[in-house]
Amino acid sequence: MSDKYTRFVSHGFGKDIAKRLGLPQPVALRRYETGSPVIEGPVLVQGSTAGADDLAATLLAWNLDVRRHAIPKEKLGAIILVLDELAHPGDLEKPVLTAATSLRDLAPNARVITVSRTADSATEPATAAARQGVDGLLRSLAKELRAGATGNGILLADGARTTSPATLGALRFFLSGRSAFVDGQFLTVSSGAGQLPEAVERPLAGKVAVVTGAARGIGAAIARTLYRDGATLILVDIPAAGDHLAEVANQVHGTALQLDISRHDAGQRIIDHAAARHGRLDIMIHNAGITRDKLLANMDAGRWNSVIAVNIAAQLRINEALLASEHLGDAPRIVSVASTSGIAGNRGQTNYAASKAGVIGMVRATAALIGERGGSINAVAPGFIETEMTARIPFATREVARRLNSLQQGGQPGDVAEAIAFLASDAAGGISGEVLRVCGQNLVGA
Amino acid sequence: MSVNGPSVPGPQEPPAAATPAGGAAGTAAGMSQHGGTASAQLRRAVVVGGNRIPFARTGGAYTKSSNQDMLTAALDGLIARFGLQDERIGEVAAGAVLKHSRDFNLTREAVLGSALSAETPAYDLQQACATGLETVLGLANKIKLGQIDSAIAGGVDSASDAPIAVSEGLREVLLDLNRAKTVSRKLQVLSRLRPKDLAPDAPNTGEPRTGLSMGEHQALTTAQWKITREAQDELAFNSHRNLAAAYDAGFFDDLLTPYRGLSRDSNLRADTSLAKLATLKPVFGKNLGAEATMTAGNSTPLTDGASTVLLASEEWADAHDLPKLATVVDGEAAAVDFVHGKDGLLMAPAFAVPRLLARHNLTLADIDFFEIHEAFAGTVLSTLAAWEDEEFGRTRLGLDGAFGSIDRTKLNVNGSSLAAGHPFAATGGRIVASLAKMLHAQGQVSGRPARGLVSICAAGGQGVVAILEAL
Repeated sequence: MSDKYTRFVSHGFGKDIAKRLGLPQPVALRRYETGSPVIEGPVLVQGSTAGADDLAATLLAWNLDVRRHAIPKEKLGAIILVLDELAHPGDLEKPVLTAATSLRDLAPNARVITVSRTADSATEPATAAARQGVDGLLRSLAKELRAGATGNGILLADGARTTSPATLGALRFFLSGRSAFVDGQFLTVSSGAGQLPEAVERPLAGKVAVVTGAARGIGAAIARTLYRDGATLILVDIPAAGDHLAEVANQVHGTALQLDISRHDAGQRIIDHAAARHGRLDIMIHNAGITRDKLLANMDAGRWNSVIAVNIAAQLRINEALLASEHLGDAPRIVSVASTSGIAGNRGQTNYAASKAGVIGMVRATAALIGERGGSINAVAPGFIETEMTARIPFATREVARRLNSLQQGGQPGDVAEAIAFLASDAAGGISGEVLRVCGQNLVGA
Repeated sequence: MSVNGPSVPGPQEPPAAATPAGGAAGTAAGMSQHGGTASAQLRRAVVVGGNRIPFARTGGAYTKSSNQDMLTAALDGLIARFGLQDERIGEVAAGAVLKHSRDFNLTREAVLGSALSAETPAYDLQQACATGLETVLGLANKIKLGQIDSAIAGGVDSASDAPIAVSEGLREVLLDLNRAKTVSRKLQVLSRLRPKDLAPDAPNTGEPRTGLSMGEHQALTTAQWKITREAQDELAFNSHRNLAAAYDAGFFDDLLTPYRGLSRDSNLRADTSLAKLATLKPVFGKNLGAEATMTAGNSTPLTDGASTVLLASEEWADAHDLPKLATVVDGEAAAVDFVHGKDGLLMAPAFAVPRLLARHNLTLADIDFFEIHEAFAGTVLSTLAAWEDEEFGRTRLGLDGAFGSIDRTKLNVNGSSLAAGHPFAATGGRIVASLAKMLHAQGQVSGRPARGLVSICAAGGQGVVAILEAL
C-alpha cells in the first residue's frame, strides 16, 4: 500500500540514511480492517472535569485500557485531552503541560484527541480566547507528532456533551485506523442527535446508499467501504464507465446505474431506482467529479461549464430532488466530496476550486434544510490521494506533493472512504454542515 | 395442465366437475387446446431487462476476445444492473453460431466465470442467427410451464476469433496416424499428405447445399422482388439515423455495458447520408444479369458481440423488486425450401409471421413495433414486398389476397442490425431487450397493451418470430 520511498526509509540502510540526512521518514499507517480493535494500548484521559470523568467511564465500557494518570515510560495508544470547561487561556496550562509529559511515551500510530468547546461571537471574550486557543495548540501539536501518530479535535457546541452519540462516534473514528490520514483536523458536534450502532462492525447495516462516480478510484473505494460497513449499494457513473462500474457493483453486491448526473432528471432517476429496488434511500454520497485544468487566462467556456455542471450544479439539483422526495429515509445522510483545492486554491484550477468551494458552501447551507428531516449533510476534502489521476502527475511534482503533509505520504482512496463512511453513519448524526479534511495535515490551506 | 395446481379444470370442463382433480381427463383436455386457449392456464413469462456489450466490427475492438469472454462480460453487466450476484438463476441458455469445439459448454463456462451462483445450470443452443431469439422462447416456455422461475437468455458471436479447421485431407491423415500402431504404418499414412491438405479450412457464411454465400442468396431474392438500390439505401440510412438518435437520447443507458473501450456499436455511422450510401459499389449479385443493388452499406458486416436478456415469472420479478417490461406472448419457427429455389434463403419469416398472427387472431395492423432483423436491407424489403403481394398471399400463404402492409414508421424505430451490426447469435437478445423497453415505455395503445413483433431470418432457410406485449 505504501509508496516506494516510504518502504525504503522504513528499515535498514534506508532508515539509517534518512535519519542521518534529516529526510522525511513516513511510516506505514495503521488502517482499519473489519475486526481490528479501536486502538491498541492504554488510553490516557487527561482532564479533571465532570465531562472527562463521564468520557473515561464510557471508554471503560468499550473495554479500552483507560488511564486517568500517566504511568511514566508506559507506551500509550492515545491521549484524550478533555478541555471542556476552559474559561480563560490561563486554564490551558495545567492539563496541556501534564499531557506534554506523556508525549514521548506515545506508541507508533498513536492518537492525541482534544475535546473542547466551540467559540463564536456570542462567547465571552476570555472564554472564546481559551477555546480558540485549542485550535492553534492542536494543529501545532499534530505537526510535532511522529511515526504515524495524529492529532485531531472534537468541538462541542452548546447542547453537545462529552458523551453525546456524535462525540463518541467522532472519538471512535479518530482513535481507530479509519482516520489514518486525518490529521490536525476538528469536527464540531452540534447536537445530541445521532445513534451509536448496535453492531460496531456493521454501522451501516440496513441502509440504502447511493455512490456517484463509483466506477473507479475514490468512488470505488467508497463503495467497498460502505459495503464492508453493511450498506446496500446503488452505484452510479456515466454510461461510458459502465464496465468498471459493473465490476465494482458485482464485488459489493450492489446495482449499477449508468447515469450522467448532470442530466436534469438525474435526481429523479436515482430516487426511482432506489424506490423500485429498495423502497427508499438513506445515504447519498456525491463523489463524482471532473477536472478540466487551465490557467484562468486561458480558460474557455467548455472547460469552465463542464466542471461547474458536474461538480456542483448536479449535486444541488440532486439534493433538491432528494429533499422533496417521499422516498428519503428517516435519518438521511448526504456526504459530498470537496477538495483541499476548494479551501486553499490551486494554480490552474480556478474552475475546479470554484466548484469544490461551492460544495462547501452548499453543505453549510443545506444542513438546516436536511436537519428538518432529521438528517445531516457534510463534506470530506481529500488532499493528495494515491489514485490513477495523481499517478499521472510528473514524478518530481508528485514526490513533493506527497511529502507536503505531517504524515509525509499520500493518502489512500480508502482513507477518504473511511471518513465518508463515518459521516454517513448514524453515529455522526450530531455532526452537520462540516467539512472534514483527509489530507494528512497538508501544509497548504490551513 | 398441472401448473397452477391439480385442482384447475381443463377449459372444456365445467368448473368443480366431478372428474378426479388433476386426473388424466383434465390434462388431456388442456393439452388438446392449441396456443391461446391453453395458455390461459399458464403463467406469464416476463422480460425484466437486458444487457449487451457494444457490437464491434470484426477485426476491431474485440479481436482478441473469445466468445466466452464476451458472453461473460454481457452476463456480468446484467448481474450488476439487477443485483443478481450469487443468485441461483433457474437456467441460462445461450449459444454461438461460430463455435470452437472446445466451447462445447460455452454458456455454463460463462456462468462459472460470472458473478452468478455457481449452482446456476446452463445449456448451449444453436439455430444459426435465430439462436438468441430461440433461447428467449425456450426459456420463456419453461417459465410459463412452471419448470423454472427465472432465466437468462443470450447469445454471442465472434467472427474475429472464429474457429479454423484443418482440411479434410489433413484431418483424415491425423486420425489415421493416431490409429497406426507401427512406425512403417505411420510413415505410410503420412505419405498420403499433399501440400493442398495443409491449407486451413476457414469458416464462411456459405450455404453447404448450394455453395452460395448468404449475400449471393439474398441478391437472388432482392432481384426476384425487384427491390431497388434506393429503397435499400434508405432503409440502411434510417437504421443508422435511428440508432444514433437512440444513443443520444440515452436509450441504451440501461441496455448496454461498455466493453474493451467501446461504449457504442462501432459499425454505427451517425453522420452517414443517402448520398454517401449511394457512392458505394455493389458487392453481391454482380453476375445476375439484373442491376446489382447490394452494397457494404445496405448489407450487415461481420460483427463481434454478446447479448443477454433476464426473464422471469411475475412472482419472481416481484419478489426481487425487479421491473416487468413485457411478456413473451408466443413464438413461431418456419423454414423454406431454398435449395430448390422455391423461396429465397432468408424468406422463412414471411411464412412464420402470418402463422403466428393468425394463431392470435391478429393482423399487421395490430402491431405497434416491428423489429425485423436487417441481415440485409433487401431481406427486410423482400419480406415486406411478399406480404404486400396478392399472388404470394394466395398461392404461398393460402390467404384470400395479400397478407398486408406495415406502417413503416413503426419499423426498427431505434435502429437495427444494419447500423448496430449483427454478431449472429447475439442479435435476438439485442432485439428482445430493446423491444421490451420500448413496449414498457409505450404502455397502452387504444386500451390494450402495446404489442411488438420480432422477426429474425437464419441460415438454412429458417426463421423465428415472436410477439411481445407491454406490461
